[in-house]
Amino acid sequence: MSKTIQIHPVEDFKERTRSVLNDPGQRRNFRGAMDFLQAKRRAQFPDQNELAGLRELGAAIRRYSLAHLPQLLEQLEARLVANGIQVHWAQTPDEANAIALGIAQRVKARSVIKGKSMVSEEIEFNHAMQAAGIEAMESDMGEYIVQLAGEKPSHIIMPAIHKTKQEIAELFAREVPGVSYTEDVDALIQIGRRVLRRKFADADIGLSGVNFMVAETGTLCLVENEGNGRMCTTVPRIHIAITGIEKVVEKLEHVPPLFSLLSRSATGQAVTTYFNLISGPRKPGEKDGPDEVHLILLDNGRTQAYADAELRATLQCIRCGACMNHCPVYARIGGHAYGTTYPGPIGAIISPHMLGLDSTYPLAFASTLCGACSEVCPVKIPIPEILVRLRNEAQARPDTEDATLRGSGAARTATGTAVWSVWAQVYSRLGLYRLASWFMSRGRALSPTEQGAWTRSRTPLIPAPKRLRDLLKDRQP
Amino acid sequence: MSAASEATGATAASARDSILQRLRGAAVTRADRRLPDVSGWYAGQRRNEDTAARTSRLRTALEAVKTEVHECSTADWPQVLLRLATAKGLRNLLIGSDTPHGAQLEALQPANLSLVRYQEPIESWRDTLFDQVDASLTLARSAIAEIGSLILWPDASEPRLMSLVPSVHFVLLDVETIHSDFHAAMTAEAWSSGLPTNALLICGPSKTADIQQTTAYGAHGPRELVVLLRLAQGASA
Repeated sequence: MSKTIQIHPVEDFKERTRSVLNDPGQRRNFRGAMDFLQAKRRAQFPDQNELAGLRELGAAIRRYSLAHLPQLLEQLEARLVANGIQVHWAQTPDEANAIALGIAQRVKARSVIKGKSMVSEEIEFNHAMQAAGIEAMESDMGEYIVQLAGEKPSHIIMPAIHKTKQEIAELFAREVPGVSYTEDVDALIQIGRRVLRRKFADADIGLSGVNFMVAETGTLCLVENEGNGRMCTTVPRIHIAITGIEKVVEKLEHVPPLFSLLSRSATGQAVTTYFNLISGPRKPGEKDGPDEVHLILLDNGRTQAYADAELRATLQCIRCGACMNHCPVYARIGGHAYGTTYPGPIGAIISPHMLGLDSTYPLAFASTLCGACSEVCPVKIPIPEILVRLRNEAQARPDTEDATLRGSGAARTATGTAVWSVWAQVYSRLGLYRLASWFMSRGRALSPTEQGAWTRSRTPLIPAPKRLRDLLKDRQP
Repeated sequence: MSAASEATGATAASARDSILQRLRGAAVTRADRRLPDVSGWYAGQRRNEDTAARTSRLRTALEAVKTEVHECSTADWPQVLLRLATAKGLRNLLIGSDTPHGAQLEALQPANLSLVRYQEPIESWRDTLFDQVDASLTLARSAIAEIGSLILWPDASEPRLMSLVPSVHFVLLDVETIHSDFHAAMTAEAWSSGLPTNALLICGPSKTADIQQTTAYGAHGPRELVVLLRLAQGASA
């Protein structure tokens, strides 16, 4: 398990995109998976009126929760502490890892068994544990496969979506002792089950994510199918849950609509196999469950998104992945090309807050703004509008009020700024505009035939021989 | 604040305060502050159905995810269970430490199925539970027709791992406890006034579709979920 994790710097986005576009195998895997997930979701929402009403309700619950976020976090903390759950706050990934490591070292832990948690990916938890000599083992089947291959998840719900069963069969035969090659999916899952059962029984700490936190009762909700989430939160002596500060809702009754939207949008299931509500550590007299439950609340840029009324909608997300399943860009380039923990449309709008706009702005431009993402988003996040806003932020003049984010203005170039300043001059002065358009129509023969990215797959742009005003003049009787 | 974080004791309080301070500094609209009418939505969606209709909806939803459902009565369910256990070739069955249904089974002194009580804390017999126990029996608190889910509130006598570790999980469910939807269940049972350490919704055997979107059952939890649907007193399958 000591393989180096491949880290993709976002600067190479275009290069990675090109390489995956030229890989027919990868493209087939993603296309097939996306078609499958889209059809499954569609089948879960036969009644368009019900879907519309439920989305409206889900969006209202998320907006309400965010509007009261500071109060809800305080209420949540008070309830959790009263229930015996220890609450920790972290502003950065390093702080979060230090908190987890502190707990692990106090109890002299040697191994951590992990349920699926994208926030743990966000903070590079496994890396931090390995650096301290503690084994961190993934137990979600998809995450286990990806970890075994020394890779990262390519989808937030289905981490190993980029792999075929043949590739997984080869991987298991190579990496799992005593296993011979089999393409039988049931057999492969039983291999994973056998290996990981021992790990659940032996691990000192179980780590999990959280899908919803309920402030009024002090409850952590986990949604899953495999049972590994329940194993991680029940068998080891210590359970550490880690999640973003935005995942809180006020009332328990806010959970059913969000749970329904989440399972139907994510994998097209009416409901997941397990819905797990945890409200405390083991009580006296109880015979199983962890003695200690910890919750780490992570900021990592979320407060930056929160500060802006438009960008705050980013935090409505319930991490279903429907936006990536329906995105024409994601379907073609897959999750790894993004180079960020969260890929796809939601990744393009959340990552700038975590990593800075300077290293992530290309993602906001890698969109046709077709709107498929916002159409399927169960909590109605206006993703295309936010993408446009991030493009503007990337071009904003630094040190002005247009530049509100870490890394704003990173896409500005001297040439670009000069071109647009000339354009603004021309388009705001009538005489100059007429003169410029006259020269362009008369000098069209001088148009370059090589026009950069445009002419790579299109014919060159050449101004019309006559301007609109010339055409109109010709029509005068 | 709770037992301050070990390694970061000094910065913990300030991390909390900085985060909350940044959040409090943001302007929020009145429209966003309005409390959504969740009860109103469910009241509008809810069907007017009797126990039989709810039972049938629950059954259809459970069976759609490979859960076995068997109808029985309050009197004959132990025989139904023993028959199934024999057919499945089970050697033993884990029961709660002190439950009326456990006692009912024990009274029968089944010849081919040894009954194991969850008597001791998990630490003292973890390997036995993981490696030797074939099946378990727990009582469902209630169920949800709409999403085909069983509601379990594990406690000291029927602990959490009973519904997770053994390969086959039997669940006793009384049909009159079936609710229409999740919201109806939590409202009728007043969940917001107090939840147990762990509450669970379970709809089928554990599963995964992580390899090429192919559903495989028996991922990390039970391979089989068997529901014994107890009809009202007197009625029988």
